[in-house]
Amino acid sequence: MQQRRVLDQVETNRILLNGQLNTPKWWLPTVLGLGVVVLIGFVIIGFMVNRGLGVTGLSRPVYWGLFITTFVFWVGISHAGIMISAILRLTQAEWRRPVTRAAELLTVFSLLTALIFPLIHAGRPWRIAYWILPYDFARGIFPNIRSPLIMDPVAIGTYLTGSTLFLYVALLPDLGNLRDRTRGWQKTLYTVLALGWRGNPRQWKLQTVGGILLSALMLPIFVSVHSIVSWDFAITPAVEGWHSTIFAPYFVIGAVHSGVSAVVTMMALMRWLWKWDDFIRPEHFDALARLLIVVATAWLGFTFLELVFAIYSLDAPEIALRELQIFSWPWNLMFGVFLMTGYIIPVGMWLFKSVRNNIALMFWTSLFVNIGMWLERFMIIVPGLSRRTPFVYTWDSYRPSLVEWSILVWSVAWVTFLMLLFSRFFPLVPLFEQKESQIFVDKIKIGRVNVPAILREQE
Amino acid sequence: MADRSILGLFQEAEPAADAMDGLAQAGFEAGTFDVLTGTPYPEGAFGEHVPQHRLFRFPAFGAIIGFTTAILLTAGTQIAFPMVTGGKPILSLFAMIIIVYEMTMLSAVIATVIGIIFESRLPNMNPGAYDERITEGWIGVVISVESTRAQEAESVLKTAGALEIKHAS
Repeated sequence: MQQRRVLDQVETNRILLNGQLNTPKWWLPTVLGLGVVVLIGFVIIGFMVNRGLGVTGLSRPVYWGLFITTFVFWVGISHAGIMISAILRLTQAEWRRPVTRAAELLTVFSLLTALIFPLIHAGRPWRIAYWILPYDFARGIFPNIRSPLIMDPVAIGTYLTGSTLFLYVALLPDLGNLRDRTRGWQKTLYTVLALGWRGNPRQWKLQTVGGILLSALMLPIFVSVHSIVSWDFAITPAVEGWHSTIFAPYFVIGAVHSGVSAVVTMMALMRWLWKWDDFIRPEHFDALARLLIVVATAWLGFTFLELVFAIYSLDAPEIALRELQIFSWPWNLMFGVFLMTGYIIPVGMWLFKSVRNNIALMFWTSLFVNIGMWLERFMIIVPGLSRRTPFVYTWDSYRPSLVEWSILVWSVAWVTFLMLLFSRFFPLVPLFEQKESQIFVDKIKIGRVNVPAILREQE
Repeated sequence: MADRSILGLFQEAEPAADAMDGLAQAGFEAGTFDVLTGTPYPEGAFGEHVPQHRLFRFPAFGAIIGFTTAILLTAGTQIAFPMVTGGKPILSLFAMIIIVYEMTMLSAVIATVIGIIFESRLPNMNPGAYDERITEGWIGVVISVESTRAQEAESVLKTAGALEIKHAS
């Protein structure tokens, strides 16, 4: 809280609503540019659905490739949002205020994107819907609840619905604010969405209590979702490297590592694009980097446990897989890049305060983490399938095709596109939370220094 | 039956709290007047009565509904098509736990959100007197009164230091 500049509420509105009331010049060309990429991506997806999965590099025995890797990647990214928002709300951490909404938003849009990947990976998306939804009372045949095809959509659907509702409830006071600042159709839109919000003590109390209650409910969901995603692999005993008992916590901690890093990347971009230097301050990056050092180290511990399990069990196929991952070309290169970008470079740099307070460096290091974490998922999924094993009668190596790479690029553009589109209509930083923090702020004189403090305790 | 809504606007919390006290002392019923702010203030900052709510019942109720529905759905569909796999029991408990857990939580979250909206008395189609400056830091004290006592309420607000008075029917 040391770097806070006190702003009045008019000024806070003017700065934080600049995306909605005074849209920056870069917004339209950027969104149009991303829109073109997104459109091309949809055309490529359409082409793939029309031609079949033959246009991808997927083939026996590597049936799960870039699409499932990217699915796990986006589910992972989605985990930071609610984790940051919920944990920081529950602990009443003051520095959460500028971070929560963008983090929650990242959760919603990355989950939406993640859900697309199993659909298109199935080759015929309309058939996957047939596996999940129909309750066919005429023939007495129902979806098989033992299948991950049911578990995943239920878990992700729960998380997506919960996150969207969480986001909406926390948005209500700001929708009331936007209703008061706009005219014409925009005013009508915000009036409807604000549900008649007025800001009386009852509504504020429900907002606070409800936020804490929803946080407490969302946290177990957040842990369960990536655990269930990990069981997509862990319940498959035939593939070495997948049937590990530590997969659930390993995936969850990996998701937190990649997700919190994505939030750092996004915060740096928000600060740079919307000039929110007064709200997203170096102290926020410093706090997130400290958190990331702990999370990343815990995640590294799980990564090495995987190797230790192979060595201790002396299970020949498991050791062969680890040898393939670490010593054989091109997996060894990927393993090196994954370790360097996922841990060694970023965490090594975050140990220094000068790096943690340097927003440009934080942006690049957090981006590095997600390159590493995408590779981590690729290294978990593909080598286990592509290792030559006895009794397999057909064989082909896996090289992702241009179609798959294009769809990966599309997913990044799609999430960015959705975020920017949202920012045009809704504030990315919760205004009422910022204003609340300014009411509680005071200075306490201790000896000869005035210490900025947040006062919360009541007599 | 209250047919007028009167809003007094203040720039500081202290006079707004005085206005709330004044309205209570003048005999206006608690619940007919309220304070409106653009940001949450500490509870009791305006001398208002602490709002009571029953939000905690909503997630519990939602969880029970979700849990029951999930048990019926998962057990019912397995029993309706009793396919024996590897000699194992028809009801696959591990798989059921996953679905039941998620549906219980989902139902609890949905019920909580309904609870927040319901207990906040939203949607509010007739919000009464209001001013857009409230979301710019001004503080509003609003009262719903009968026409016969409107003058009295207005006078209390002005005495407390209201900078502006607004009316709505």
